Amino acid sequence: MYYLYLITGLALLLSVITDRKKTTAAIKISYKKFVNILPAFLIMLIFVSLVLFFVPDKMISNYLGNNDKITGIALASLFGSITLMPGFIAYPLCGILLEKGVSYMVLAAFSTTLMMVGILTYPIEKEYFGIKVTIIRNVISLVIALIIALAIGIFYGELL
Amino acid sequence: MKMQNKYIKIFLIGIYFAFVLCSFMFGFEQGKQIGHNFISFSIGMLKILPCAFILIGLFEVWVKKEKVEKHLGKDSGIAGYIWIILLAGTTVGGLYVAFPVASSLFKKGAKLSIIFTYIGAAAICRIPMTIFEASFLGIKFSLIRLIISIPLVILSSVLLGKYLEKNNYKIVTQNQS
Repeated sequence: MYYLYLITGLALLLSVITDRKKTTAAIKISYKKFVNILPAFLIMLIFVSLVLFFVPDKMISNYLGNNDKITGIALASLFGSITLMPGFIAYPLCGILLEKGVSYMVLAAFSTTLMMVGILTYPIEKEYFGIKVTIIRNVISLVIALIIALAIGIFYGELL
Repeated sequence: MKMQNKYIKIFLIGIYFAFVLCSFMFGFEQGKQIGHNFISFSIGMLKILPCAFILIGLFEVWVKKEKVEKHLGKDSGIAGYIWIILLAGTTVGGLYVAFPVASSLFKKGAKLSIIFTYIGAAAICRIPMTIFEASFLGIKFSLIRLIISIPLVILSSVLLGKYLEKNNYKIVTQNQS
């Protein structure tokens, strides 16, 4: 996280030294873009807070642990698609699930859909890409996630 | 019609915050939990977003359109995809940061297939995230995932880019000034 502040600070400093006017223009652009997309972020955060309440970690681990492979993958992709978690929460959760005996294949489906398929980020994505392309991109991502899950299943010998 | 939609949205957002506020006032546990979720995620994003948008602003001011067009535009080759995956690897946050970056890249003349590759790669190839993944699920897991997902991301982005270019599709680039 800190390297982000460091890089931003250095870039800003360098920009101010080189050209003060351009830097002001840049900050104006940043501010405008940020404010324009803020309502979409607010809606996303509201959805996130509700979904995390109705689909807590405990429920995810309960459901992923006790099922056959196909149901496991289906549920994992469903949970991964409808929730949103930062990596530092998601991967430790995957680690716990792995110890509980959840297969790599199911975890691949869960973690990949979590990162690539964004139902909760839909309000933001559609502001930039439009509804149609947002849906296409998410469907493609879901297919890619399923292919990855199958490949992981093959490599770990879990599929057969 | 559009106006009406806007009011409905504001109304629902108002109800949400009224509900959370009342939950805190009267000690309604479920509502408080929802409020805590909202606050913790907002803080997480507010730690990243200002920096991300400042960098986007600096990018728009300092990087010349011709440069982006040359390396990531219509005539860029395989190197363009390598550059964009490296950029994606260093993206922080997640998709919600990748979308505004993608919009700026489009404004500067990057082609659609490169932009969709960026979004896909920003979702699954971020370096800090991959290190996290490898430490909990093993290096083998991360390697298989990367080796399989990157070609799929590029392939699907090229197809999607071609299809959308035919339809003269444009990504929304806010503030034209």
